[in-house]
Amino acid sequence: MKNAPLLAVLLALPLFLNDFWLTQVATRALILGITALSLSFLATYLGVVSFAQAMMAGIAGYTIAYFGPNTVAIGWELPFWLSIPLALVLATLAGALTGLVARRSRGIYAIMITLAIGVAFFYLTRQNYSLFNGWTGFSGVRAPQVFGLNLRAPVPLYLMTLAVAVAALVLVAGFVRSPLGLTIQALRDAPGRVRALGIPALGPIVAAFAFSGFIAGAGGILNVWYNERISSFSVGLGPIIDILIICVIGGLRHPAGAFIGAIAFVLLETFAVDLIDRDRFNTLIGLVLLAIVMLAPNGLQGMAAALVARLRPRAATPKTSI
Amino acid sequence: MTLFFIVTLNGLTLAALYFLAATGFSLIFGLMRTVNMAHGALLLLGGYVGFSVVEATGSWGLGVIAGGLAAALAGALVQFGILGWMQGDELRQTLASIAISIIMADLMLWHWGGITYQVTLPELLSGGQRLPLLGVGYASIRLALMAFALVIGVALWFLIQKTRFGAVIRAGVDDQAMLRALGFPIKRIFISVFALGGMLAGMAGVVAASALSIAPGTDLQFLLSSLVVVIVGGMGSVGGAALGALLVGLAEQYGLAYAPTYGAVFTFAIMVLVLAVRPQGLLGRAEK
Repeated sequence: MKNAPLLAVLLALPLFLNDFWLTQVATRALILGITALSLSFLATYLGVVSFAQAMMAGIAGYTIAYFGPNTVAIGWELPFWLSIPLALVLATLAGALTGLVARRSRGIYAIMITLAIGVAFFYLTRQNYSLFNGWTGFSGVRAPQVFGLNLRAPVPLYLMTLAVAVAALVLVAGFVRSPLGLTIQALRDAPGRVRALGIPALGPIVAAFAFSGFIAGAGGILNVWYNERISSFSVGLGPIIDILIICVIGGLRHPAGAFIGAIAFVLLETFAVDLIDRDRFNTLIGLVLLAIVMLAPNGLQGMAAALVARLRPRAATPKTSI
Repeated sequence: MTLFFIVTLNGLTLAALYFLAATGFSLIFGLMRTVNMAHGALLLLGGYVGFSVVEATGSWGLGVIAGGLAAALAGALVQFGILGWMQGDELRQTLASIAISIIMADLMLWHWGGITYQVTLPELLSGGQRLPLLGVGYASIRLALMAFALVIGVALWFLIQKTRFGAVIRAGVDDQAMLRALGFPIKRIFISVFALGGMLAGMAGVVAASALSIAPGTDLQFLLSSLVVVIVGGMGSVGGAALGALLVGLAEQYGLAYAPTYGAVFTFAIMVLVLAVRPQGLLGRAEK
């Protein structure tokens, strides 16, 4: 386990950080990282940049809000051990459906179609009141109490989020080594050859999207507990673009990029006030994105990897990139 | 029955706007394979500039021209300064244009604020018209908008099918490498097409600000509609954009009138249906 020291540091964080740093920075970065991981998984291994991840996360979040305690008197309450699996199942289904719609699309076409799906979902949540409660959405969503432990308290929320993040990374690592995961990577590299071998492409593509929906759903559940509310703004263009920005800043070619990008994004968001007017944060993040795209297309993770490779030219094996 | 006519007319109005917005988007994509995510921002910029010019000069026509020119200039700058440097790397261009749209939207919010603007209409267009046959009254500006879209569509068709510049664009769509090999200044052509697309978007912005209204968020609305319109109609074809705009505009208005809380789903359903049957769009050509 070469990552054991890092994990130990992350586990010990609650001992060093105050509640602000632990919740607003560390937990938030991990939650954003999980959702972003669902995108960088698709981008890295299927070669598809999807804008529908906020939709999948949103479906999980809305499910938790609809079937959980909330203060808007819509939906009915289920115990959390039912609503959580239900939310994950619906998010996975949403992912599978997205994959089904976008199955024949690559590159920019996939971007356009998933963006249309994501934004259509945003407009649906804004228009519809019976399921999504329109503009206002759901408020007063509470994380469950397990054995008298409030999961929304800073330390339990952080540790739970960390556990989910690690589990998601392990799942991704396992998935890409499985036969199905290998088929997905083969489809990324040489779709024609895969079809020529007689391997149907539809199943693996849908499975990859479904899997990313599952991970996005996990992020969405944590996010709705963290924010204690969800509305159409949680699935609008802002969050859609934020997820993409996080992945691009971190690096779209490696799953770890999602978390590196999330930390950078949250730090920037938290401390941008000291640099510029708070209202102009979007200009700042846009400039950062533009700079990364123009100067370092592989993001911070790519920069770090290149730096490491330069420092140890012999020890490092050249990483094959697409 | 009156409701049906009104809704149909509203749908046609929206279709005309969507057509104006989407043709530029489609043209840029058809020639350069660039998904210009800043297209909505160009449209909104045109709308704002048009509003300011109309306020200052009192001339509506001048406002439409100024809005178109401002967006054309912005589009040319974007292609010249940023997107042109990463030609061929589509994902990077898409990401860069997203960054540009974020920056543009934020700067416009800064300058024009978060309020909703509506351009003051000239005398001629401000009233309503009683339509013969249908027996319903309808706002003149909206009728003018449909006529405007028709004129632009025909002019664009003429430009692309009958002029030398159009022939170069069509050649570029079909075989960019050959066009380059023949010594055509492809960089300049790209910049002018980007300017043309921007101009269409900018004029659409002013017209949208006259017939409806504009506010922050309008950029997103028209970016999405442009996306869906070109996905449905087919990329890079003026006819495809027109057909796609008609379908999407009408579906949206019928949806809004007859199933108000699920309106967004109609647009989306059309897109999914088209993708399932004809992935290249109704009038699009299949990728090689």
